[in-house]
This record gives sequence, C-alpha cells and structure tokens, in this order.
Amino acid sequence: MTPNGGTNGPAGVENVLRTEQLSLSFGPVAALKSVNLHLERGEVLGLVGNNGAGKSTLVKILTGLYRPDGGRIYLDGEEVRFRSVQDARQHGIETVFQDLALVDELSVYHNLFLNREYTRGGWFRFLRNRTMRAAASRFLDDIGIDIPSVDAPVAKLSGGQRQAIAVARAVRQENIKILLLDEPLAAMGAKETSLIIGLINSLSKKANISIIVIDHNYTHLFEICDRINVIQHGQVTVNKSLSEISLEELIEFMVQSFRRDVAAGDAK
Amino acid sequence: MNSNAPASREGSRRIPVSTIRQFIGQHLTEVVSALVAVALAIFFAIQSPNFLTSDNALVLSQFIAPFAIFALAEVPILILGEIDLSVGQMYIAAPFFVTYWHHAGIPVLPSVVLSLLVCCGLGFINGLISISLRVPSFIATLGMAFALRGIILIYSNGAPTNPIGSHMLVNILGGWAWSEAIWAVGIAVLLHVMLRGTTFGLHIVAVGGNSESARESGIRVERIKIWCFVLCALLGGLIGILDGYHLGSLDPATDGLTFMFYGVTSAVIGGTALTGGRGTMVGACIGACVLGMIKNGFLILGTSSFALDLVTGMTILLAMILNVQIEQATSMRGPRGSFSRAVNLVFSIVTQRGKGKVRS
Repeated sequence: MTPNGGTNGPAGVENVLRTEQLSLSFGPVAALKSVNLHLERGEVLGLVGNNGAGKSTLVKILTGLYRPDGGRIYLDGEEVRFRSVQDARQHGIETVFQDLALVDELSVYHNLFLNREYTRGGWFRFLRNRTMRAAASRFLDDIGIDIPSVDAPVAKLSGGQRQAIAVARAVRQENIKILLLDEPLAAMGAKETSLIIGLINSLSKKANISIIVIDHNYTHLFEICDRINVIQHGQVTVNKSLSEISLEELIEFMVQSFRRDVAAGDAK
Repeated sequence: MNSNAPASREGSRRIPVSTIRQFIGQHLTEVVSALVAVALAIFFAIQSPNFLTSDNALVLSQFIAPFAIFALAEVPILILGEIDLSVGQMYIAAPFFVTYWHHAGIPVLPSVVLSLLVCCGLGFINGLISISLRVPSFIATLGMAFALRGIILIYSNGAPTNPIGSHMLVNILGGWAWSEAIWAVGIAVLLHVMLRGTTFGLHIVAVGGNSESARESGIRVERIKIWCFVLCALLGGLIGILDGYHLGSLDPATDGLTFMFYGVTSAVIGGTALTGGRGTMVGACIGACVLGMIKNGFLILGTSSFALDLVTGMTILLAMILNVQIEQATSMRGPRGSFSRAVNLVFSIVTQRGKGKVRS
C-alpha cells in the first residue's frame, strides 16, 4: 500500500497525518471503531460529533496518551507508534487538552515549561527559573496574552486566561508540525476567543502547521477550518471541505442524526 | 500590565513590598507555624528558666532532629497525596540490617551502605505495590510496617542488642551529641534544594497538584511516585542507623508507627496538605520544632509523663485548628464559620493594598 493511498485521502495530496482503521475499546465500550482520517499540510481540520462520539479518545491516541487496539497512524507517510506523550511530542505533535493539563499549584511560567524545563547541572537537572520566567513573560507578551504576572499560580487566573496559557504552551514549541486542540474555545470570553482564533489562523498560514480542532461551536469552526469531519459512534461519517458544506447544512445534519440516534434508542 | 518583563528583571535586584506579601500569601501556613513556634518558645522561656539554656538547646535538638528527618522523608510522599506508614519501622529495622551484614562478615561501612540499599529496595517494593498494583499506599505501607516488625522480632528473638561499629565511625554517624541535628539540617538543605530547585521536585508538586495534567504533560507519574517511596525508605533507614549509634542500643520491640506519626504530624503542622499538592521542607522543619518544643517544654515544666501525651495531643489539635482555619479564611473558596470570617477580616486589612494592586 502506498503511503498516501488510504481510503480517505485523495491521491497526490501531501498528508502530514493519516490514520487507518484506528480502534480502541474500554472494556465492553468501543470508543473508536474504525477511524480513517487524514490531515493535509497547513490545513485546519474541524472535528465535530456528539459527546461520547470518540473525539477526545482520538486526540489522546494521537498524542500518545492511549495506545490504540488496532489500526495504523502515518506521519508524513511513515507509520509511527507513540509510546508516550514525549514520543508524540518529538514527532512534532502538540496538544491542548480539554482539561488544559495545567497544574493549579504551579506558577504560570512553570506550567508553560512543564516537563520541558530549562535546566543546568546535567543529571541533577536544576531548574533555571530566572531564564524560564523571563522567556515566559516575553513569549506571552509577544503573542498578546495578557496576564497579571507569570509568577502567579495558575489557580488565580480566569478560565479564559488559563485556556490562553494552555494554547500558548502548545504553540511555543519550535518543532511543532501538528497541533491538536480539544475544545480550545470553551469557557472563553469574546476577547480571548478572537485572540485564539487569530492565533490559529496565523499559525496555519505562516508556519505550515496543520491543526485539528474539536469544537461544539460550529460558527467558530467555520471561521477557522478548511474541512470538517463528523465523528459518530467511533467512526468518521462525513468528510467535507467548507466549499462542499454550509453551516446550515452541517447543523441540519447533526440535528437529524441526533434525532435518529434518539429514535433508535427508543426503539430498543 | 504590559510592562511585565522589565518589572520582573527589576524584581531580581531589590525585593518590592508586593513580593513579601505574595510570599506570605503563598506560605501562610509556614509563617503561622513559625509564629506558633516563637510563641511556644516565649511561653516556655517565661515559665521556666531552664528552657533557654545551652544545655537544653542540645536536648531540644535531640527531640527535634528525628521528628524533622521523618517529616522531611514524608513531605514528598504527602505532596503526591500518598502516605508511607512503614518509614518508622524502617527506622527500627535498618540498624538490625547493619548487624546482620556485619555478622555475615562484612566490614562496618559497607554493611551500612548495604543496609541502606536494602531500605531502598523495600521502599521500591512499597512503591510497586501501591502504584503499580494500585493498593492504596496507606494499606500497602501498613502491611510493610508489620512485616518489617515481624522480620526484626524473628531475627533478634525479641532481645535488644548493641549497634556495631568502630569508634570513629560511630562518632561520624551519630555518636556525637550534636551529630543528629547536623544530619537533620544537612538533609533538610539537600531535600529543600531537590524540591524547589530541580525538575524532579517540580514534577513532584505537579503530580501531587493534578496527576492527570502531569500525565498529559508527559510526566511519568508512576516513576516519580515510586522514586519518592524509595527516597522515604532510604531516609527512614538512614535516621534509624544514626539513632542506633546515637542511643547505643537497639530494641526490636520499639513502636515505629509512633515515630512515623510524629513525622507526619510535623509535616502537616508545617503546612503540608494530607490531600497532596502542597508542602515544603522548611515547613516540615518548623513543624518539627513546634512538636519538639511541646514535648521538651512540658517535660521541663514538670508535666507528668502520663499527662504529657494529653498536653501534646491538645497542643497539636490547637495548632492545626488555627492552621486550617487561617488557610480556609484566606483561600479563594471564601471563609466559612465565624472564626474564619474574623481571621479573613484581619488578613484582608493587612493585605488590602496589595490585593487592590493585583486586581487593577
């Protein structure tokens, strides 16, 4: 099988990421049945689906947290298996998790550098706190995130600020190729939302970063995405670029399928 | 607020008032414990002329040092939201390991090193059982504590013995009156640097604060936890050997659980949360000072040994009620109860100007 000849990918287009029949079950519950999706270079892909459809599970597989039961993942046409989060990161995959993966007790700059600290002293790995703090405040200033102090524990920040920190942490990496955003806009105010949307748009344009966004707000998705995939019951059921589907059609489709699910549930 | 970068650069040279206020806000329980310690010292000094003497300083140090080392050993584990109940029994068992190896024909110093390695191994087993096999650490380490006690009672036939060693080594390890205090200070400095200055320490706090977030950040949560159990067992064994030389006799029937609980109590008095997520080595030392002064001070005052436990218990409760209430009053959840509200009022008056600045 040629690297780009998957069931979902149009031939000849350079796919930075492709999954083939990815499946994962938790005991009797099949979270993912057979997920085939592809991501082109510089593209922003929106993932939609009802709660429990398997979106977050997919993200956690792609980020190295879960190992799939079956199926394959290709990065730039080469099959990869992620053994850990570190491993996925080394392949250039960065994630903003739904729960943001911030530690409330730690300061903003420690969170920004968590598990990627600047250290010295070789094996002892002493923290270079002053360097990290300066780098953190410079970086946050650069991308326009406004927080009172990088020394403040994350617990003292507002929901939107926390989310902004989580996104900033992901996009800070230099080797980033793929950015996974699991509901990055939930709980954000209008100002932060437009900031993050602007950030996503500029990232995909200039840095050749490919992005997968999960969001329940379809209006936001249509502002930032090039293509939409719908996940239902652990499978990708719809794959349409924005020229092929309108916001109204997508909403109509989701509502209809939700009604079908409810009816099917009643029939049982 | 756009001038963050220059402000922080300036801050490294001279300490602004807001930094002091922030420090007090972040380390409130430690500060309160220190105040309690000072208050206790003043109280005992007024009550008895024998408290603030150089002779008593030595005695006091011998009360505080073991509490401090146990507390220091427990702090990383408590930050992780776990507990190690076996460290006290490790303390009892370690000197017997030394005699065991020595009787097997090994010189003293290698026997000590070997025994410490055995302690590390036992700590590793603690970690494996409670983290990899998912037995709650409270039960896992309690089982280890009883098993160790059994092993030592079987080995020694229940009879006290003397620790083994050449004269010079005994002096270095614990024979000199002040040596235990020096060890305690040394361990405290080392562990403080470890907890506050290294990646390992940062990851301990991260895992204790939110293990799921730590995992998602790629931190190997299990590995961190197991290492902390190893560290705790090692320190327990170390102080056991020190104390063995210090006391000059080993009693296999000593109750190690009591020692361990003194350590945990010291840590908690010093602001370590039993639920995990926060704790400092400095706080643990302050807590040990409070506990040591309570024990030593009431002894000097001539409290009978029966009443001593009662007084100790009541003082611990008082100190902890104060600590918890003050933390509640100043946490973001807001004060509950009239005492909390009163404390909150006082605290808000003290820090009013600082808070206004942060919000603007």
